[in-house]
Amino acid sequence: MAFTATINGKKNSIDVDPETPLLWVLRDELKLTGTKFGCGAALCGACTVHLDGEAVRSCQIQARDVEGRDVTTIEGFTADASTTPVAKAVQAAWIKLDVAQCGYCQPGQIMSAVGLLTQIPKPTDDDIDKAMDGNVCRCATYHRIRAAIHEAAKAI
Amino acid sequence: MTYSDLPSKLTGIFAMPVPKAPDASRRSFLKITGGVGAGLVLGLAAPLPRLGATAAQAASGTLAPNPFLRVAPDNTVTVIIKHLDKGQGAATGLATLVAEELDADHAQIKTEFAPADPIKYKNFAFGVQGVGGSTGLANSYEQYRTAGATARAMLIAAAARTWNVKADDITVKAGVVSHSSGKSATFGELANTAAGESVPDKPTLKDPKDFVFIGKSFPRVDSPAKVNGTALYTIDHQFDGMLIATIARPPMFGAKVKSFDASEAESIKGVVKVMPVPQGIAILATNTWAAIKAQRAIKVEWEKSGAETRGSADLVAEYKALLDTPGAKAREDGNLDDAFKTAVKVVEADFEFPYLAHAPMEPMDCVVRYDGASADIWTGSQLQTLDHATACKVLGLKPEAINLHTVWAGGSFGRRAIADSHYVREACDIAKAYGKPAPIKVIWTREDDIKGGWYRPLYVHRIKAGLDKDGNIVAWLHRIVGQSIGAGTPFEAMMVKDGVDSSSVEGASNLPYAIANIRVDLHTTKGGVPVLWWRSVGSTHTAHATEHMIDILAKEGGKDPVAFRLAMLKDKPRHAGALKLAAEKAGWGKPLEPGKFRGVAVHESFASFVANVAEVSLRDDGSVKVERVVCAIDCGLAVNPDVVAAQMEGGIGYGLGAGLKGAITLAGGEVEQANFDGYDVLRMSEMPHVEVHIVPSAAPPTGVGEPGTPVVTPAVANALLSGTGVRTTVLPMNKQKYKTQS
Amino acid sequence: MGRHRNFLTVLPFAIAAVVIGIGVIASAQAPLDRNLLIADANAADEKIAPAKASQLFSPVAAVLRHPRCMNCHPRDDRPRQGDDRHPHLQNIVRGDDNLGFVNGRCTACHRDENSQHSGVPGAPTWHLAPLSMGWQGLGDAELCSTLIDKEKNGGKDIAALVEHMAKDPLVLWGWTPGGDRTPVSTPHPQFVKELTAWADAGAPCPTAAK
Repeated sequence: MAFTATINGKKNSIDVDPETPLLWVLRDELKLTGTKFGCGAALCGACTVHLDGEAVRSCQIQARDVEGRDVTTIEGFTADASTTPVAKAVQAAWIKLDVAQCGYCQPGQIMSAVGLLTQIPKPTDDDIDKAMDGNVCRCATYHRIRAAIHEAAKAI
Repeated sequence: MTYSDLPSKLTGIFAMPVPKAPDASRRSFLKITGGVGAGLVLGLAAPLPRLGATAAQAASGTLAPNPFLRVAPDNTVTVIIKHLDKGQGAATGLATLVAEELDADHAQIKTEFAPADPIKYKNFAFGVQGVGGSTGLANSYEQYRTAGATARAMLIAAAARTWNVKADDITVKAGVVSHSSGKSATFGELANTAAGESVPDKPTLKDPKDFVFIGKSFPRVDSPAKVNGTALYTIDHQFDGMLIATIARPPMFGAKVKSFDASEAESIKGVVKVMPVPQGIAILATNTWAAIKAQRAIKVEWEKSGAETRGSADLVAEYKALLDTPGAKAREDGNLDDAFKTAVKVVEADFEFPYLAHAPMEPMDCVVRYDGASADIWTGSQLQTLDHATACKVLGLKPEAINLHTVWAGGSFGRRAIADSHYVREACDIAKAYGKPAPIKVIWTREDDIKGGWYRPLYVHRIKAGLDKDGNIVAWLHRIVGQSIGAGTPFEAMMVKDGVDSSSVEGASNLPYAIANIRVDLHTTKGGVPVLWWRSVGSTHTAHATEHMIDILAKEGGKDPVAFRLAMLKDKPRHAGALKLAAEKAGWGKPLEPGKFRGVAVHESFASFVANVAEVSLRDDGSVKVERVVCAIDCGLAVNPDVVAAQMEGGIGYGLGAGLKGAITLAGGEVEQANFDGYDVLRMSEMPHVEVHIVPSAAPPTGVGEPGTPVVTPAVANALLSGTGVRTTVLPMNKQKYKTQS
Repeated sequence: MGRHRNFLTVLPFAIAAVVIGIGVIASAQAPLDRNLLIADANAADEKIAPAKASQLFSPVAAVLRHPRCMNCHPRDDRPRQGDDRHPHLQNIVRGDDNLGFVNGRCTACHRDENSQHSGVPGAPTWHLAPLSMGWQGLGDAELCSTLIDKEKNGGKDIAALVEHMAKDPLVLWGWTPGGDRTPVSTPHPQFVKELTAWADAGAPCPTAAK
C-alpha cells in the first residue's frame, strides 16, 4: 500500500506494509540512516523525528499514520531546504562543546533539543530534565547536552 | 618514552601486564586461540613497521611512509586509526598524536579505521589488534607520534630539495612548511616529492614544552559527522540486494532448538529464508521490519535440559554460603589471625552486586558479504584479530581473503570485545548456511541484547576488618565470590593464575591502604550465564566494597573519611594527590545546605587514579538524587584534557546509572528484563553536575575510558552513610529507601 | 491532516469526553432513567441511608482504584505505570493541556490502539485526566464527591459520567490493556451495571469516615 508524506521538505510516495514503523520506512526504504534504532519500544529516543514539527518516536509511528504529513529527520537539518536557525544553533553548540562520544543517540538528542528550543527558546534546567529524559545516552553525555542546549539558546 | 616505560600495571581488559616480549606473547596468544595459520605470524621487527618505497607512493603523489598516515596532494592528512572508536575518542586521540608531531592543522586531519592486521596494527598491551582496558592511547603514544614525526621529516627534506636550502632552516607550523627566505608550501604541495625521500630511522620527537595540541586542545574529529547523521555505524550499512537477518535466540542460557515451526514467519512478506544456525533459528528478510516481525512469529520448542535454571536469588544464597570458607588466595600480608586477636573492634559487611548488561545504544550487529571465495565484514570490531580469525575459521578462508572493515560503534563498554567473537561468528554462520552471495546484515533487537547474556558477573563480597583502640585498621579480610570472566576463554592463561582470575579481584587485591595484615581471597563459581568485562571490569564491584567499607570503618572509629584515607596513603602519592585535589575542589569540610550530604571515594584502575566527592540529597520518596560530583583524575599526561573530562563525565554517568538502578535478574534461569523499561538506565534528570579536575603530570599517559566509572557509586554510598547512617551494601541503591538521620 | 493531528489540538479530557458523550445515553445491560441521572446528588443523599450509599459506590470505587484507571488520574503531574503505579519513566509530566510536556507528548509514543509489536499501550485520545480529577489516595467519600463535582469533572452531569465510563474508548482500554498489563478485574458489563445502579439511586456518596 502506498502512502504519501513530505520527508525533509520533499514529497515521497512510499509503498510498504501499512503497519511498518516509520523508523524502518526512513532507514530501509528512504536510506535515511541518521535516525537510529535503539529499543523499538519508545523507551530510548534514538529514533526521534519530528512529525508536523513535534518530536515523536518513529519506532511507534506507523507508515499509515504519516499520510499527508510532514516528517523531518536529522538529514533535514543538513539540507538547506528544511533546516531551521534553531537546528543550526543546536548543531553548532554540539560541535563547539564536543558533546558526542559514540554519537549513536545524538541524532535523536538533537531532534529533541530542537523540539525543546523551538517551543521554549530559553529553557531552564527543569525544562531540560522534562524534555530530554526520553532520550537515553549510554555514554552519559547528558552533562554536555544540557550545556549545549543552554549554549544554543544563547545563539538563537 | 619508550614501550618498556609504560606502566607495568596496565592490567587492562585482559588483566595482563604489558608484555616485555611482544613477539612471544603474540605467538602464545595465537596458539591458544587455535590460530589461523602461519599467515599472521610473519616476522615483526620494529614497533613502527614501514611500507616499502613502492607502497609509500602507491597512490599517486601521496606520502605514506608508514601504515599510520597518508599525506595527499589535496593537502589532507589521513590518520589510520588502529583501534575501534566506540565513543571513547580513540580516533581523536591518535589523530592528535600524529597532528602534533607533523605540525598539521586540525582542519586538514581526517581519520579512517585500519584494516585487520595484527602485525601492523597490534595493541602493544595485548600483542594483537584490539582495544580495551583503556589502553588505546597509552600503547600508541610513541608509535603515532613517531609516525607523524617521520612524515614531517620527509616533508622538510622535500622542501629542502625543492628550494635548495638547508633543512635546518625550515620550519613547520599549522600545516605549512616555510623557509626563512619566505618560501612556503603546503603539505599537499610537497607530498609527491616527500614520498621519494628516504624514510628516517629515528625521527626526532618534540620536546613536550613545544606541544601545540597534546595536553592542550584538539577538537574531536568525529563531532561533525555525529551531529548531522552521516557517521556510519554497522547498522547503517546498506548494499544492493542486502538481506537483514535476525535470530530467534534461546530463552535460557544453554537451551537448544528442539523443533520449530516457521510457517507463520515464512508467510510474512519480505521473509526470504528461515533456517537453523548454531545460535538458534535465523531469519533472512528483504527489510528489517519483516525480519523483526518474523523473529517474533517463529515458534520454537527449546530443549532446556542443558540450560542454566538457577535464579539470581539462588545464586546469591549459594555464593553467600561460600563466604565462611577461605577461597583461593589473591593477597596475603602479615598475620591476619593474630591481628584480629589484637583488634578492639571487628566490623563486618557483606555486599551483593547483580548481573549488569552493557546495553550500548547500538545493539550488536554485523554485516558480511561472502561469495564462497572471499568476504568483506563491516562491524564495530573491538578485537579485530579475534574477529578476523573467527571469520577465517568459520568461512574456511585465508586471512588475506577477508577484509574486516572496522566502523564507528554505537558504544561498547566491553560488549564488543568478546573472546568468542560471537557477533561476527553468527553472521558468518548465516552467510555460509545461506550459501548465496547476498550481503547480510545481522541485527540484534534490544530484547536480544538485554536478555543475551555476557553480563558483568554477579558477585558477593565479605569484608571483615579489625580496628585498634585508635580506630586504625589492623586487619582486613576481603572475600569475593563470583564467576570468572577469563576462565574458558583464550585469555585464561593470561588472566587466571593459581585459581585467581585477576579481573575478579583487581581493585581489591591491590588495596592501596597501609594495613599490615591483609588477606584477599576468591571463590570462583561456575554457571551457565555468560559473563564479560563491563566498563572498569573488576573495579565495578571491588571499588564499591572497599571504598564503602573504608567509610564504614572511619565512622566506627570516629574519623574524617578524607583524613582517614590520607593517613593510610603516605606511600601512595598518586592516590593521595587525586584525593586531595577532589576534596579541595569540592570544599570538603565546608558545611553543605541542609538536606545535602557529601561522600568521597578514591580508586585506581587501569593505571589511573580517580577520586570523587559526591553531593547527594533525597527525593520525597526516599530515592537518591546525586546533585554534584567533583572528580579528580591522575592519568599521567592528559593528551587531550577535554576528552579526559568527557570520559570522566560519561564514566560517572555510566557507573551511577548502574549503582542507582542497574540489575539484570534471573528467575528460574530466565532473564526478567527485556528492554529499557525493566533495565532502566541513567537519564538526563538523574545526571549530576560534574566537575573534572586533572592532576598535572608529566608521567606517561594512562587510561581514561574506564577509570571514571567505578568511583561514583561508593562516593554516593558514603554520602548516604554520612547523611542517613544507612550502609549501602546491596546494589542497586533503589532497592532501599533512605531517610535523613534526625 | 490525519487523526493524529487532531489529537494534538483536542481539548482536555473532560471536553473530549463530553463531546463523545452526546448521543444515546444507555447501557445495554441497564437502560438509564434520565430523570434520576440528572437528580441532584445531595438530594439523593437525603433519600439513601449512608450504609446503602456506601454499598452502591464501593464497587464503582474498586474499579476506579484499579491501576489501569488510577494511573492516569494522579493528584500530581506524573502519570503512573504498571500495577505498582510507579511514575511514568522518562520523566513524563502533564504539560499545560494534560497531553504532556514538550517532546514528551502522549502522541509521541501512544497511538490510538495498543501496539502489537512493542507493547506500548494506546487508545483514542490518550491523555492524563486533569488535575481536578486526581484520585490517587482518596477515600471513597472524597473520590465520590470529586467524581460528581461538575467544577472538577469538566461539567459532567451524572449521565455524562456514566456515558464516559460506559463508552469512552480510553476508559474501555482499561479492560483490554494489551501486553502483560492486568485488565480491570470487574468485567465491564458488570461494572456498567454497578455504575448504573449507583446512578439510578441518585449517585449517592458515602460519608467520610470520622
